[in-house]
Amino acid sequence: MSAMELLLWARGPGLVIAAVIFLFGMTLRLIEVYSLGRKRDLAVPRSPTPGSGWRTIVTRSLPHADTWRRSGLTIVAGFVFHIGLFVVLLFLLPHIELIRSLTGLSWPALPTPLVDLVTVITLIALIVALVHRLMDPVKRFLSGFGDYLAWTVTFLPLLTGYMAYHHLLLDYTLLLALHILSVELLLVVFPFTKLTHTFTLFIARWYNGDIAARKGVAS
Amino acid sequence: MADETMLDILKRRGVSRRGFLKFCAATTSLLALPPSMAAAVAESLGRVRRPAVIWLSFQECTGCTESLTRAHSPSIESLIFDAISLDYHHTLQAASGHAAEEAREHSMKADWGNYLLIVDGSIPLKDGGVYSTIAGISNLAMLQEAAAGAAAIVAIGTCAAYGGLPHAQPNPTGAVAVSDIVKDKPIINVPGCPPVPAVMVGVLAHYLTFGTLPDLDDLGRPRAFYGESIHDRCYRRPFYDQGKFAKTFDDAGARDGWCLFELGCKGPTTHNACATTKWNGGTSWPVQSGHGCIGCSEPDFWDAGGFYKALSTPVNSVSGAATAAVAAGAAAGIAIGLANRQRKARARAGHQTVTIADLEK
Repeated sequence: MSAMELLLWARGPGLVIAAVIFLFGMTLRLIEVYSLGRKRDLAVPRSPTPGSGWRTIVTRSLPHADTWRRSGLTIVAGFVFHIGLFVVLLFLLPHIELIRSLTGLSWPALPTPLVDLVTVITLIALIVALVHRLMDPVKRFLSGFGDYLAWTVTFLPLLTGYMAYHHLLLDYTLLLALHILSVELLLVVFPFTKLTHTFTLFIARWYNGDIAARKGVAS
Repeated sequence: MADETMLDILKRRGVSRRGFLKFCAATTSLLALPPSMAAAVAESLGRVRRPAVIWLSFQECTGCTESLTRAHSPSIESLIFDAISLDYHHTLQAASGHAAEEAREHSMKADWGNYLLIVDGSIPLKDGGVYSTIAGISNLAMLQEAAAGAAAIVAIGTCAAYGGLPHAQPNPTGAVAVSDIVKDKPIINVPGCPPVPAVMVGVLAHYLTFGTLPDLDDLGRPRAFYGESIHDRCYRRPFYDQGKFAKTFDDAGARDGWCLFELGCKGPTTHNACATTKWNGGTSWPVQSGHGCIGCSEPDFWDAGGFYKALSTPVNSVSGAATAAVAAGAAAGIAIGLANRQRKARARAGHQTVTIADLEK
């Protein structure tokens, strides 16, 4: 199989397979999780604050002063790689072109050298996060196979994309194919790893804030 | 005539020594050789005594020959081409029919083991190769016979190099490339639809000068010409890096020469010398004329996902499968959700109340 054939497979059948697994898995998991429901709370809420869930989404997303002191590195690396990932994903022209072809939506792209710089920063942040995870005894104890898998499938698309742009080691066509395949790997494992937090994170935060307010701890 | 050197022939055609040296210097630089090699190239090329060349045309459109011979003005490339002893070429030779075949056979016998075989066009294998025959001989038989006595083979054009258009799905004639049939001879692939004339001549010049094959990539192409992608050498590349893209073929961006990536340009995955050597004596090239690269020097370019689809977009529509996946996921999710509720209800129903009496047992 030549590099071009691999690229065409990645852009054709590979993409369809990955998209089907991702969409099937995510729809199934979200419906399964939310249809579990909760028992009706028959108690009178301690503090009737309807906005508490929404406020918690914001407050829990901002680092607390105490947390800053204890795990500043985790926070910085986490924020940098998340923001970097979204900048690269949403503002590199070929990515916008893909989104446009799938949804019809498009927006202006950022200059490639800027996206390139963000990619390098994001890669460094991810490596720092991994090293810290391996060095810190508590983090290492808490980490399982799923965590390292999630890290790997997040890291690979960025790495292969960077290598493709700079023609590192391999031919561009092959690297582009590997880049698309790495994204497809990400899509395939997405519904079955902690990566699902992309869709559950803010709903969970809202729920925590709301339930805490009912129990008298309004944010 | 037969003992004339190439320089003699060129002189007779009105090419000055200065013009010849200029050509050699240009070819040397095209071949990515050090400038000091220009003299050696001139020396060897000048001394070459009409090497015998047999040019076989199979399933092709004559575009490769046109590219080489129909330049706007008779270029030194075409004169060099005249200077090789082209003993057999369908399109160019005066003889036809049995006389032509005789010329081929005579030339093959006379230079057995030494002639250069140029092939353009693919070779059909389906149904015994009936889809393309010359003088009743199938392309396959003619290629095998001619290849046996060749010193080296140059597969000119994407059809000969990789199967090209005849090889496109569903490949009704069972077309294959030269390298699919000939395994025991050195083959240089010079793909393109058609190849750049300077590239064709450059490859010939290299072979005539050094008597060896140029450095080839993994697709059998000379690295000197196919080592870099169109995208990397494209004069519109700065616009790609700035994020400036033409959205249609006639918008303001297109008129300002912005990047054609969104319009389906295959420059990033195509290796050829168009962006540096250009066409028609350096006049222009496809991207300069406002059309994206279609990737014609790559294998199976015809089936490579559509000329007007951006390289990062899906080849096939994903929406049907995506809708089905969401529907199936929703159905499975609801089914599991209902099963979970039933389990909860059963657990509740099966719950036994513990009384004091039970504990005292």
